[in-house]
Amino acid sequence: MADETNTKKFLYINRKAPYGTVYALESLEVVLIGAAFEQDVSVAFVDDGVFQLMSGQDTAGIGMKNFSKTYRALGDYEVRKLYVERESLAERGLVSDDLMAITYEDENEDYAEKPSIHFVDRSEMTKLISEHDVILSF
Amino acid sequence: MSTLHTVNKSPFERPSLKTCLDHVVQGDAILLIEDAVVGARKGGAFAEALSHKQASCSIYVLAPDLAARGIKAEDIAEGIALVDYGGFVDLAAGKARVCAWL
Amino acid sequence: MRFGIVVTEGPYTHQASDSAYRFTKAALEKGHEIFRVFFYNDGVNNATRFAVPPQDDRNLQVLWSELAEKHKLDLVVCIAAAPRRGILDADEAKRQGKDGNNIAPGFLISGLGQLIEAGIQSDRLVMFGD
Repeated sequence: MADETNTKKFLYINRKAPYGTVYALESLEVVLIGAAFEQDVSVAFVDDGVFQLMSGQDTAGIGMKNFSKTYRALGDYEVRKLYVERESLAERGLVSDDLMAITYEDENEDYAEKPSIHFVDRSEMTKLISEHDVILSF
Repeated sequence: MSTLHTVNKSPFERPSLKTCLDHVVQGDAILLIEDAVVGARKGGAFAEALSHKQASCSIYVLAPDLAARGIKAEDIAEGIALVDYGGFVDLAAGKARVCAWL
Repeated sequence: MRFGIVVTEGPYTHQASDSAYRFTKAALEKGHEIFRVFFYNDGVNNATRFAVPPQDDRNLQVLWSELAEKHKLDLVVCIAAAPRRGILDADEAKRQGKDGNNIAPGFLISGLGQLIEAGIQSDRLVMFGD
């Protein structure tokens, strides 16, 4: 099936906080390039990966580029399925309001703004993994 | 179809084994490679969690990584199977996808 | 079966490149096809021909280059990650005004799209990293 249509379901799993290592940034770079390939793309945030979506990131004091705004542009790249694991948030003392609001414009509904972030339980995250063809971990 | 999960870091250093164990479904396989093999040691803090998981998943360790770290095959937790790199390839081919818990 | 391999760490500090090499070799020995080996993140550091490990140690770059030659492997180094870490081919060195290049035989610098393509074209994508 996947071979015939050449469309596969890609799942990016992000498990690391930004800035301490390059993985968050270089994962985002793959997601952006990958968007041009018209695959079915989902991006998951598990463990410390949830910190990638924190609002109010300010990197002025560490001399590194703040790339957090790029997540908000993902909708323009047709990347509209961001999954955040609820347990990962809770374990870190975070709530959904701590994260950036990320939306996309739904062209089928008069460009209404819709949330790209879906909060899922660990069991739903587990199911997501088992439903994808290609898993890229960063 | 099921998934091959690979874990390559010691569970004493990183939560990746724990996170992996939290995200497997019935019929999946877990392969411990590199430093993750230290978690398979009989009597170690993670042996019980690995044994418990065998009700739903098969668990493997990469034998060359085990040997390199001085752990004998008979000293790994019960039910965990040893594979070589060829066995790793077979596991990857036999499942629908590979999920690396890096 | 067709495998895609991704290596996201450099040689020596992490075992990732060794593991990926041994997996790739085992897959080839079993008659599988390797669609591509893609080097990303610090994995691009596997591609410098200037690494000189001690003589009694394995030389991962040479191992990869030899495996590539023997099996006509496609070893692709990410063009976004490589220049950032000083891995340059002749074209890129010229473009960036650098006085030399260091890409090893058998390695090719190309775009991140090659990683996505490996995901699309391979039956299984296997990642090795930190």
